[in-house]
Amino acid sequence: MAKILLEMKNITKTFPGVKALDNVNLKVEEGEIHALVGENGAGKSTLMNVLSGIYPYGTYTGDIVYDGEVCRFNTIKDSESRGIVIIHQELALIPYMTIAENMFLGNERGSKYKIDWNETNSRAGELLKTVGLKEPPQTLIKDIGVGKQQLVEIAKALAKNAKLLILDEPTASLNEEDSRALLELLLRFKKEGMTSIIISHKLNEVSYVADTITVIRDGATIETLDKEKDDISESRIIKGMVGRELSDRFPRREPHIGDVMLEVRDWNVYHPLYSERKVVDNVSINVRKGEVLGISGLMGAGRTELAMSLFGRSYGEKISGKILIKGEEVQLHSVQDAIRHKLAYVTEDRKGNGLILSNPIKINTTLANLDAVSSHSVIDKDREYEVAVEYKEKLKTKCPTVEQNVGNLSGGNQQKVLLAKWMFADPDVLILDEPTRGIDVGAKYEIYCIINQLAAEGKSVIMISSEMPEILGMCDRIYVMNEGRIVGELSGSEATQELIMSHILKAGSKGE
Amino acid sequence: MNSIKISDFVKKYTMIIVLIVITALFAWRTDGAILLPMNVSNLISQNAYVFILATGMLLCILTGGNIDLSIGSVVCFVGAIGAVLMVNMHVNMWVAILVMFVVGTLIGAFQGFWIAYVRIPPFIVTLAGMLAFRGLSNVVLNGMTISIKECESFVNLFGGGANCYIPDFFGGGTLNITCILAGVAATVIFVALQCKNRVTRAKKGYENTGMAVWLCKVVLLSAVILAFTYKLAQHKGIPSVLIWVAVVILVYGYITSNTTLGRHFYAVGGNEKATRLSGINTNRVYFIAYTNMGFLAALAGMVTIARMTSAQPTYGQNYEMDAIGSCFIGGASAYGGIGTVPGVIVGAVLMGVINLGMSLMGVDQNWQKVVKGLVLLAAVIFDIVSKRGGKLIAKN
Repeated sequence: MAKILLEMKNITKTFPGVKALDNVNLKVEEGEIHALVGENGAGKSTLMNVLSGIYPYGTYTGDIVYDGEVCRFNTIKDSESRGIVIIHQELALIPYMTIAENMFLGNERGSKYKIDWNETNSRAGELLKTVGLKEPPQTLIKDIGVGKQQLVEIAKALAKNAKLLILDEPTASLNEEDSRALLELLLRFKKEGMTSIIISHKLNEVSYVADTITVIRDGATIETLDKEKDDISESRIIKGMVGRELSDRFPRREPHIGDVMLEVRDWNVYHPLYSERKVVDNVSINVRKGEVLGISGLMGAGRTELAMSLFGRSYGEKISGKILIKGEEVQLHSVQDAIRHKLAYVTEDRKGNGLILSNPIKINTTLANLDAVSSHSVIDKDREYEVAVEYKEKLKTKCPTVEQNVGNLSGGNQQKVLLAKWMFADPDVLILDEPTRGIDVGAKYEIYCIINQLAAEGKSVIMISSEMPEILGMCDRIYVMNEGRIVGELSGSEATQELIMSHILKAGSKGE
Repeated sequence: MNSIKISDFVKKYTMIIVLIVITALFAWRTDGAILLPMNVSNLISQNAYVFILATGMLLCILTGGNIDLSIGSVVCFVGAIGAVLMVNMHVNMWVAILVMFVVGTLIGAFQGFWIAYVRIPPFIVTLAGMLAFRGLSNVVLNGMTISIKECESFVNLFGGGANCYIPDFFGGGTLNITCILAGVAATVIFVALQCKNRVTRAKKGYENTGMAVWLCKVVLLSAVILAFTYKLAQHKGIPSVLIWVAVVILVYGYITSNTTLGRHFYAVGGNEKATRLSGINTNRVYFIAYTNMGFLAALAGMVTIARMTSAQPTYGQNYEMDAIGSCFIGGASAYGGIGTVPGVIVGAVLMGVINLGMSLMGVDQNWQKVVKGLVLLAAVIFDIVSKRGGKLIAKN
């Protein structure tokens, strides 16, 4: 058995209200490619953040043994000085700097008072050769494609004398050809003795490069599969990823499904910055009155982009397609239009896009429908207060008063305020984007009850979620989305996690 | 019902407490000179433009800590136009006033367009405006001073100078009875509104502040209004500019706290993305903030030339800094979304008291600037550090 380079023992990390990691163990041998797989939110990224010192020593419990020593990393610098380098999913390159400048950012060549540009550029050139990128080091980052940028990130890691390379979804934004090249590069590094940890959703790639696979689910290590000894086919990995029991985590509901409420035809959306990139590709969907419709898919599948582009074109460029509400075509050119046509979009990013954290509950509750509590533009503050109290009681929001600032509430209660805000806007169709992200199990159950109640009132609910059990437990019908396209439609009764996963994978392997 | 504690009370009214302490300090150091009726009256007349501009600046700052650097130049430019119209061209006073308001508002709308719809950073747009309108003021005035002494009714209408007071209709001699009556009326209205509000809240079963705290607040504020008007009555009565200032404070105080438009300003500053996704036209909010700033700069321009009884190309310099300083001292957040009109007025009064107090003590002009700078820095440090939970150094 080869030498163990890294061992993470009994790592436990809690965030307020949520246990993100629960006694996780990870063992990485020197010179291997170790894959970390699991659903979104399983805790993979949290684990890597613990390893790299983003969550400093003391904020978690457990031990990190690296190269035979117990390590206590307080910052990223600490872990990098030991040769642990992490490459995040979102590339951290500065567009208007050259490749060489980016590669040595924070790690400049020369002295403190004078950067040695000759050394910077020649060293950058060498490293670019190592990763097989044929671009002069003086090229600006903005002028090269994403695939090449990914290679620059790897070269940057090499510049830090990486011994353990961690790649978080390195191929998520790459096309087939670039992905293949990247994987080959990893295999070449392996021959040269480099150790890598790769986090990926693309299981075909995992099966291809990995020597060992660790499966994480719900913040716990489930199993470690060895290429030599175990079956590491895709279906075997999926079983490990999703194999949990579905118990009574979802309240029951008798569906009363009516006519089609909202229909979308041939919807296309392009990326606002990279205008040649299509993020929603010819999507046609519909949702009926009283129905809870699920949209399943991995992160980056284009679900949020679809929802936001429908909601008054609040995302994307060059949008085309038709929206029909109750059979009639409508034009939704602004959020105002969308709200007027009784659409509501409850964002996945409640702190960033949903709530005004520095304002009290009552002000957040009425924000999307301020006219309902005012006459001639003058707000009736008493009425506003009553509304806020009414929704607080209806949704069982836990707070001393509705004068409380939203920023001081727990995630679950913030989510309830956000729901209250959009329920008060009195929509017919509610699009809930990751409605239970980052909230604890008890609050999740309460949110599910609210969703059921909305459906019972005859609203149409579109639920976007990366948590498959939740989609399966709640929805009457499910669309599966991947790379901007709808790749499957399943009824609630026939759907299983394996079926959804296989739809995604089938679409993924067909490629570009 | 004692849900609001003393510590909360202190936190909420920090600046008022600071104001009282500083006033007391100056009263002691100047042997009470700062409280003489003449000086109280001067405090209003001298700082009228700050009150007006700071109110407008608050709306800009609320949208996300955005400032307007151009207002000093706009004040000067509008004043110059008014003086030229009334003196050189003998235009009717009311027409001139209308033109001045229109010009100021158009300037605001022009800058607001670039800021709101084209999204040029406000700092750049208003820096450009600051340079351009200073230059244009010189052009309009030919680099000269125009005296508007003969436009008596204009000076009386906007001024705070020698004879610009509301006449005493009752002929009270040394004590201006009109002023006293106005003070009493204001107090009665204030108390009545406070009582009505409290009774409705109690009737509907809402949470009320504790009786003691509420009584304290009402009695104190009534006393301040009465004492203030009594002082004014002892001098020459109500300076006419006080009417304008009062109208601005009341109207904008109402807009910011009670209307949907006011709510939109706070929402944009609190979280612009969330506001946009709530169906609020955020571009329009920025546009209104800067257009309104131009409108109020026009009013401040009138007040300025009326007090100086002339228009000069150098007027209005650093007015923007006085307005910005008052906002931040008065508790507006440098990141937007937080701040009130009464708070800003307290900030402006505090700046005014420091100015006046130091002048009476004979402190050198240059040292006054040093002190004002330090007060501003201290106020913002206090605001940001207390929001961070008392930690002085930010997390890296």
